[in-house]
Amino acid sequence: MTSKKQLFVWILPFLVLILLFFIVPLLYMVISSFSNGDGFTLGHYQEVLTSSYILQGFKNSITLSAVSAVIALIITLFAVYAMMRFSEPVRERILMISNLTSNFSGIPLAFAFIVLLGNSGLFTLLFEKWGIESLTSFSLYSWGGLLLVYIYFQLPLSLMLLYPIYYGIQQQWKDAAALLGASTFQFWRKIGVPIMLPGIVGTFSVLFANAMGAYASAYALTGSNYNLVAIRIGALLSGDIFAQPELASAIAVLLGVTMIIAMLLSEWSIKKTRRNLK
Amino acid sequence: MKKKGFADLFFVFLLLYLFLPILATMFYAFATNWNKTVLPEGLTFKWIAMLFQDSSFIEAFGRSVLLSGGAVMLALLFIVPAIFVIVLYFPKYEKWIQAAVVMVYAFPGVILAVGLIRAYAHIGVPMIVAVLGAYVISILPYIYQGTRNSLRNVNARQLLDAAELLGASKAQAFLKVLLPAVYPGLFAGALLSFSVLFGEFVLINLVVGSRFETVQIYLMKKLSTSGHIASSVVFVYLVLMGILTFIISMLTKRSKGAAKV
Repeated sequence: MTSKKQLFVWILPFLVLILLFFIVPLLYMVISSFSNGDGFTLGHYQEVLTSSYILQGFKNSITLSAVSAVIALIITLFAVYAMMRFSEPVRERILMISNLTSNFSGIPLAFAFIVLLGNSGLFTLLFEKWGIESLTSFSLYSWGGLLLVYIYFQLPLSLMLLYPIYYGIQQQWKDAAALLGASTFQFWRKIGVPIMLPGIVGTFSVLFANAMGAYASAYALTGSNYNLVAIRIGALLSGDIFAQPELASAIAVLLGVTMIIAMLLSEWSIKKTRRNLK
Repeated sequence: MKKKGFADLFFVFLLLYLFLPILATMFYAFATNWNKTVLPEGLTFKWIAMLFQDSSFIEAFGRSVLLSGGAVMLALLFIVPAIFVIVLYFPKYEKWIQAAVVMVYAFPGVILAVGLIRAYAHIGVPMIVAVLGAYVISILPYIYQGTRNSLRNVNARQLLDAAELLGASKAQAFLKVLLPAVYPGLFAGALLSFSVLFGEFVLINLVVGSRFETVQIYLMKKLSTSGHIASSVVFVYLVLMGILTFIISMLTKRSKGAAKV
């Protein structure tokens, strides 16, 4: 028994760290979302649910996250399919390079898009020179611009998550289907995609959560102007107008609940995919 | 082969989409003037030189390295041993670490920032300490993955048993046998964590603000004042990330290779 106690000493600092810097802050956040200085209140939640401005922020965040996740998924689904023609070492190199770009997010990423599509960006000038009217009116500092940036940081993550799922589709299955007379299209429609579907759903929910929590690139591009949940929380916290940390807590709790649902969905679908691929 | 033409298009698009912004930004760091023309008017090292002469950038870089490096060090000192002990001696509790990993992954910086401010802003704890602690926890997913994979790759349990059977003490078996075997995987996880933290902006900006100016906060300030300096910062950042990614992939290959022998 003493040896088990000795071993526990090695775990203790970890428990203390996670308690102090994860559990306690989250608890304080939940408590503060229900308090108004002298007692318990549901007022902050009531304010969130009746404020059309905050609800709009949720709506904007959800649409932006879902649309960017779907577009990134579609692009990477086809891209992974095309990648399969390369040998394994080449594919691994491609994944490594894509992982490098996954570090390219937040402020640096926002800046890169300013260089390309900002007011005097490379493409903005190009479009003006070519006189493409419809494209010159495009603003990076709007929903469309944010969407492009969000798709960018979704792509490497999506590729990293889809690749192993795709990899699990075994050549024998394709051969068997082909022997039985199925075309490639039929194979994917009847066998490949249904097997991968839970994995795709799981990937979608990770991507969705990833975008819901993103803050830096939207902040760098639009300051506090574009109404997203994460931006709202930041603004209420730092008090660009005046700080309302309790309201920020309530919004953060609701965002946290959204994240947990997304993560549970992805956990569930990962388990299901594993079973499918066995 | 012809059938894949449609999919190939997406693949090429993906590569272009991922690389165009990076290349353009790097190019911009060396451009003399690039406001009215599609291609820059000339090339220069002026901006990079200016950046490295700016003491506030050097200081910001130092702060970033100190903060991210410090958090990684603390994680190696306190989290890695805990993961070792749980995986090797209490495997039934491993699902609790996995749950913690998912939770940490699920709560983004902007949520954690609210919690840190509510918990520690009014009781005299220096907020930089709070951010440091939160950094240590936020890299748990990468540290766990790195540690877990390398333990699995080398069959840690059997390795320890074999060493002890051959007369090594527990400490010797751990320090002389296990640690060298899992070192590459651990180091890769540490570098990955470092590169993630080096790019962190939300926590440091919301919780501490410009009182502790990291590279990311410096970059945010330069965004509105000087595009050339900002792109030089991004250039330096990208070079650093490139080097780190390269080392990580080398280490991962090595630890995988070691497992196959």
